[in-house]
Amino acid sequence: MIRPATIVLVAAAAIAVVAPFFLKPFGIYLISMWAVLTVAAIGLNLTIGYAGQVSLAQGAFVGIGAYTVALMTQAGWPYPLAFVAAGALCFAVGWILGYPALRVQHHYLAFVTLAFTSLVFLVLRNEEWLTGGTHGINGIARPVFFGWSTGKPLDFYFFSVGTLTVLSGAMWRMLRSPWGRAFVALRENPVRALSLGVDTRRYTLMAFAIGSSLGGLAGALYAPLVQFIEPGSFALGLSFNLLLMVIVGGSGYFFGPFVGALVAVLLPEWTRIAQGYYLLIYAALVMLMMAVCPSGLLGLAARAAKALARRQLPALRAEGAGR
Amino acid sequence: MVRSALFAAVVAAALGLASPLYAQSTVYIPAILELSGAGAVSGTNFRDGMLMAIDEVNAKGGILGRKIKTDLLDTQSDAGISRAQLQKVLDNSPYVVLGPVFSGSVLVDMLLTQQAEIPEIVGGEAAAITQKGDPYVFRTSFGQQFSMPKIANYIRDGIKAKTVAVLWVNNDFGKGGRDNFVKEMAARNIKVVADVSTESGQVDFAADVVKLKAANADAIFVYTNEEESARFLREAKKQGITAPLIGETTLLGQKVIELAQGAAEGVHGHVGLTVDAPIPAVKDFAERFKKRFNYLCDHNGIKGYTAVYIIKYVTEKIGKFDSKLFAETLHGLTITPKDEPGVLMEVSFDKNGDLDRESFLGEVVNGQQKIVAILPKLGK
Amino acid sequence: MTSFVQLLVSGLATGAIYALIAVGFTLVWKTSQTINFAQGEFVMLPAFFVLAAMDAGAPFWLAAAIGIALSVVILGLLFKVAIVDPMLKYGVLPLVISTIALSLFLKEGAKDFYSALGQPFPALVPATDIRVLGTVVSAQSLAVLAVALVTIAALHVLLNKTRLGRAMQATAQNPTLARILGIPVQRMILLTFLINGALVAIASILVSPIYLAKFTNGETLGMAAFIAAIIGGFNEVRGAIFGGIILGVLDNLSAAYISSQYRGAFPLLILVAVILVRPHGLLGRAEERTI
Repeated sequence: MIRPATIVLVAAAAIAVVAPFFLKPFGIYLISMWAVLTVAAIGLNLTIGYAGQVSLAQGAFVGIGAYTVALMTQAGWPYPLAFVAAGALCFAVGWILGYPALRVQHHYLAFVTLAFTSLVFLVLRNEEWLTGGTHGINGIARPVFFGWSTGKPLDFYFFSVGTLTVLSGAMWRMLRSPWGRAFVALRENPVRALSLGVDTRRYTLMAFAIGSSLGGLAGALYAPLVQFIEPGSFALGLSFNLLLMVIVGGSGYFFGPFVGALVAVLLPEWTRIAQGYYLLIYAALVMLMMAVCPSGLLGLAARAAKALARRQLPALRAEGAGR
Repeated sequence: MVRSALFAAVVAAALGLASPLYAQSTVYIPAILELSGAGAVSGTNFRDGMLMAIDEVNAKGGILGRKIKTDLLDTQSDAGISRAQLQKVLDNSPYVVLGPVFSGSVLVDMLLTQQAEIPEIVGGEAAAITQKGDPYVFRTSFGQQFSMPKIANYIRDGIKAKTVAVLWVNNDFGKGGRDNFVKEMAARNIKVVADVSTESGQVDFAADVVKLKAANADAIFVYTNEEESARFLREAKKQGITAPLIGETTLLGQKVIELAQGAAEGVHGHVGLTVDAPIPAVKDFAERFKKRFNYLCDHNGIKGYTAVYIIKYVTEKIGKFDSKLFAETLHGLTITPKDEPGVLMEVSFDKNGDLDRESFLGEVVNGQQKIVAILPKLGK
Repeated sequence: MTSFVQLLVSGLATGAIYALIAVGFTLVWKTSQTINFAQGEFVMLPAFFVLAAMDAGAPFWLAAAIGIALSVVILGLLFKVAIVDPMLKYGVLPLVISTIALSLFLKEGAKDFYSALGQPFPALVPATDIRVLGTVVSAQSLAVLAVALVTIAALHVLLNKTRLGRAMQATAQNPTLARILGIPVQRMILLTFLINGALVAIASILVSPIYLAKFTNGETLGMAAFIAAIIGGFNEVRGAIFGGIILGVLDNLSAAYISSQYRGAFPLLILVAVILVRPHGLLGRAEERTI
């Protein structure tokens, strides 16, 4: 019997492939942005949802990745190299940041990562010789792979969704491995994990570093998508936005980031109809969502599915008994 | 299957599959503006000036018989978002696009409008905007490469300063202005003895004033936004700075004078667009604006207002709605208030999209901005 | 030398404000594990209540009283009942998200329903300047310093010298034990929220004449509150005061003597250093791990 979840998954994948052909350039741009933000949210989900650490640094990592790609491609390096460099650099920075920072309790980590993001913003803005300063970097080219240019909206969309698919596939495998199971153990009960001999610090650090490198890879996609980057795009606002996505989607659920990013990208567009009050409505809706389903939309879906299954159970039993 | 179909429908609707159809009896002139975030003040002023002009034009029958239809898109003061919003309006074939005000967003949006061959009338002042060879971008106020030489000349000839200090706000407005200013100072052999950067929204200027006092310059050039200017002036007065304070509209405006509560006395500088200009048309506009929106507009309001009337004049001149011809015609054109009262002051456009207008030297005397001299257009 | 003293004095005045905001933030955090990311906006908003009351015709003193009352009810009572209580059982993270969304909501609300422009705000004392020891202090800054110190002193007395205050402290340190001892824990927690509501309103009235009432005020003030609270240490009210003053002074000194482009970095670096080296803050006591 095919689970309903699989049906939804297949349908969603089909939409993801077919829908862009019916959309105008702006719509395609939006869903490309969704793909890019989902990559960053998946990374943050690993840190928050699986390893249980509150990080407000993901925005900064997206920024570091974006600037790496922008500077490298404008200096003539090939895009794939820059892409890998972005991920590697953010992994390293995440490791270095995490090493001392993860020693402290959760809420303190939030503040350390908050400080980190603000510091990264200051460096990006002030060091004009490196980053172009407050004026940012303009005219970032879209990559070309073996003659296939991603310049057109549709082409870039498939490039970003393709990258998203590959990265989430890798994440899926990782989480199913013994490594991944250790992560989950960390979240449920760090003290017990410790008593079982799991090197919690190592795992948490790895989770944080991998999450950060995913942020960097998202940045590597963001730069050619928007074709312009400036320090202000990667400050606390983005970190908060990504946090929102993970929580609203459902932290700890594999597909949480996908749903969360979709809401974050679409909600402002829907509420834009209210012309000028939309940020107000956006904030109110998020608060309402938190009050109604704090385990996120997927948490709500899981609860609903369970309730449905429970109602079906007596019927199934009766069916079985009747045979 | 129903669930996923529903989901698909919802997503499609959200992504704007259903696009609005604009009737042939209207002309679509959308505006991409900073309505929230750091640029909210500039964007909302521009918007209100623009809306007032649109209502006036529509009340008289519109342009060539077609009423103006507009949409307001919020960039949230973020260049990436402004690009996305611009893409959205370009999908709906606008005639001309207005805004944004922030130079960073303008530079990004320009690439798209140039590709789409749609004229864009912007509020940004960064020099780079008109240096990219884009035939579709037009300003509504002086570029920094024109306003800074005027100020530099004033400092050299009027104040006769040999050393100068500069205080600027660290965003692309302030940085661009500071870079141009320093260049002009170097060209005139005036030494910059202090270069003090401040943050947008900064409240405490004690440290900055201490640094300025220590530098002991002949004059201090202040280039930051209105509210910060007011706070700076109060701190400067408190600590007894004696060197003359020179600035632009953001230092001399009536709003700054009010907020500074007496600390703005004796401040002087160059004013490009101001509601305090000794020109009846401008004063009349300022009053109508105040009556309608209940606040005193800044130079961004004038930008938005005149932009709409420029569109009206050029369109009537060419007699049809042709975006490409619009851009070609506006280059090298001079519009006088006699031709079109809505432009308030005579304005000329050059082949880069820069404009040339009269401007003023002002001084704050007895809590009022007094125009001390009228500087003619550079082109005369 | 005079410039150093000038910076010190200016820094003290700013620091007193940070201290006031940080104290309320700390209190709420200690008693109910609520990290209120909207604390900055809590300080921004009461000024608009006062302005609205004055627009309706009330004289300043009455408008100020109305502002404080509204703040206590909305930012204290309503905040606790409508937002904190329902979410607390789900853990800290949803509450953090909610307060982040709340800060955005309050900010946009002030901008949309009042104005995007900075509004002049009536001062408690006229904007005159006083010369003291070769430095110039504005009378307003002195008034701010005085009121802040009085408020903090009053709070200190309340917390340490009264039964009610000690009951609140007990609730903060160990709610279970406090309940066993017969302390009405829920009421104590409610009281801290109400006190925070009053504190932010006072801070708002003190600060707005200088800062102008503007919807973006919350951003810097909120950050300053977090940093001050953490530097000083979450356990002690004294810590918040200490942290606030240090922050105000250091910010000024670093901007003047080191770099103005990186002026925002120094408080952040100190924050990181304190958290990594001495997470319970400079004045706080180390927290025991509870399983």
